[in-house]
Amino acid sequence: MSQAANSSNLKGRKVILHDMCLRDGMHAKREQISVEQMVKVATALDDAGIPYVQVTHGAGLGGNSLQHGFAMAPNEEYISAVASRMKQAKVSVLLIPGLGTMKELQAAYDAGARSVHVATHCTEADTSPQHIAYARKLGMDTTGFLMMSHLNDAAGIAQQGKLMESYGAQTIYVTDSAGYMLPDDVKARVGALREVLRPETEIGFHGHHNLGMGIANSIAAIEAGASRIDGSVAGLGAGAGNTPLEVFAAVCERMGIVTGVDLFKIMDVAEDIIVPMMDHVVRVDRESLTLGYAGVYSTFLLHSKRAAERFGVPARDILVELGRKKMIGGQEDMIQDTAMTMAKERGLLKAVA
Amino acid sequence: MKKIKCALIGSGNIGTDLIYKIKRSPVLEPVWMVGIDPESEGLARAREMGLKTTAEGVDGLLPHVLDDDIQIAFDATSAYVHAENSRKLNELGVMMIDLTPAAIGPLCVPPVNLRQHADKLEMNVNMISCAGQATIPVVNAVSRIQSVEYAEIVASLASKSVGPGTRANLDEFTYTTSNAIKVVGGARRGKALCIINPAEPPMIMRNTIYCLTDDEPDHARITESILQMIVEVQKYVPGYKLVNGPIFDGNKVSVFLEVAGLGDYLPKYAGNLDIMTAAATRTAEMFAEEILAGKIQLKAVETV
Repeated sequence: MSQAANSSNLKGRKVILHDMCLRDGMHAKREQISVEQMVKVATALDDAGIPYVQVTHGAGLGGNSLQHGFAMAPNEEYISAVASRMKQAKVSVLLIPGLGTMKELQAAYDAGARSVHVATHCTEADTSPQHIAYARKLGMDTTGFLMMSHLNDAAGIAQQGKLMESYGAQTIYVTDSAGYMLPDDVKARVGALREVLRPETEIGFHGHHNLGMGIANSIAAIEAGASRIDGSVAGLGAGAGNTPLEVFAAVCERMGIVTGVDLFKIMDVAEDIIVPMMDHVVRVDRESLTLGYAGVYSTFLLHSKRAAERFGVPARDILVELGRKKMIGGQEDMIQDTAMTMAKERGLLKAVA
Repeated sequence: MKKIKCALIGSGNIGTDLIYKIKRSPVLEPVWMVGIDPESEGLARAREMGLKTTAEGVDGLLPHVLDDDIQIAFDATSAYVHAENSRKLNELGVMMIDLTPAAIGPLCVPPVNLRQHADKLEMNVNMISCAGQATIPVVNAVSRIQSVEYAEIVASLASKSVGPGTRANLDEFTYTTSNAIKVVGGARRGKALCIINPAEPPMIMRNTIYCLTDDEPDHARITESILQMIVEVQKYVPGYKLVNGPIFDGNKVSVFLEVAGLGDYLPKYAGNLDIMTAAATRTAEMFAEEILAGKIQLKAVETV
């Protein structure tokens, strides 16, 4: 199919953009974004017409922990500070069962959150029925979010998505947490979901830019039937960041895809607000490329760099080993553990017992 | 030597694995297996292994309790029916070991507080959760040396070892374990995280324990206490193993464990299920030893 045929096919398609700077971006900031910064970013996004803004600790509700780091404020404080200032945007949250609970979902709702990504590993959808049902009971816009989607094939993703739909999810996401997928991988999974889900159930795609495929994968998702795209302005997110939303919005405009977002305004948010906030330039570099290449959870990036410094084992070696051991999101403890085991094997660390 | 006769309620994976563990015990004998489905594989297996079975639930067992001298029962059903099961059996003087998240009796982690429960002649003790059994001994090993402001545990479980009940009720697992980290572990605040990993071949259960001490941790004493505690757990779970740590960062103590099962009925990677059945068996043995030594006598619980 030629490029021109693609663009004409998608002309007039409506897509909902969902910004992740203030959730996935928390990972890239080691959870250190202040309430004031959040309000500044969110009000600018709201003003630019972004319809959904996700706001929580990087690991979502219940994320404040030794495992995932402590943010500068409790989730409820971030959510209420942002939600009270929104003119049109809805505030969303992330909830990973096993980490966050329904109590925390209720608290987030009370603070003003009206949308939730209920996230499980791509084969474990049946750990989410309580949380999806609870979110629906609260009247929230409820998404089933299948993380590390590259680790399940298209038929498997369709089956898992169907389960989440049966619990009440209104949108099912293919989530490329490792930034490993290529456009054909995305199309196969989104297409398989489209075949089995009810027509009114939406499909979303959440990309990471570790192989530089964030934009291309998001377009592929739309071609296969997705209508919601996650990204973050200036790409502020884990690994090499999420799909850079201002770039994606520009591509959508060129292709005639309707986002309702003011392109120049979010370009300004990227340049004037987000980039100056970055602790490191979020880009494809040796380690984030390793994530994408080896299929490792993007959040592992900074943890691996820290373990590398401490135990003298290169971060790339640790990441490749984590990929080989098939570690998944949430197993950040296994980064230090793996680094220590590798350091012992290399004679860099003495065993205690 | 005389053995204390036991009934197993629930003919699923846990109940079946318990048969193996109890049969091996010098002081326990499995006599009855209670199920609800006459066609179930678990009941058939129990019959093959020489147990009497009923598919009528606990009510099918009650008429035989006194004749068969059943003194200890293990409940591996669900939190929803446990309270009723326990009431009916306690009335007949049967002591109950609860492997469900119901937790109507005191929480038990054998090397930490089993002795205390036996001395008090508790008629219902709860085994918390697999993550609790695997991690609370270490939290306690730190808190018995110096005060722990906060303890957090991360349990990684093989997807194949996590049954539908746990999956559908993950929040209960989180609440029960978090609470036990405080009540039994001795930390002032507790948090439990659980990850279900589908890797093939299945990963062996892993547990990470983080403790934040109030004052600077005494590295040598805490390390010694943890190593001692691990030896205690290994007495009933031989596959309980320190992989890395303890490692100290300021006031944070981190310990990385692996729990392999015995591979009785459940595969070795399912250390999470094995540590539950092993801890429950260890608990029953302690009560049985006391009964056989004439130190305690179980009494029927009168209900009001």
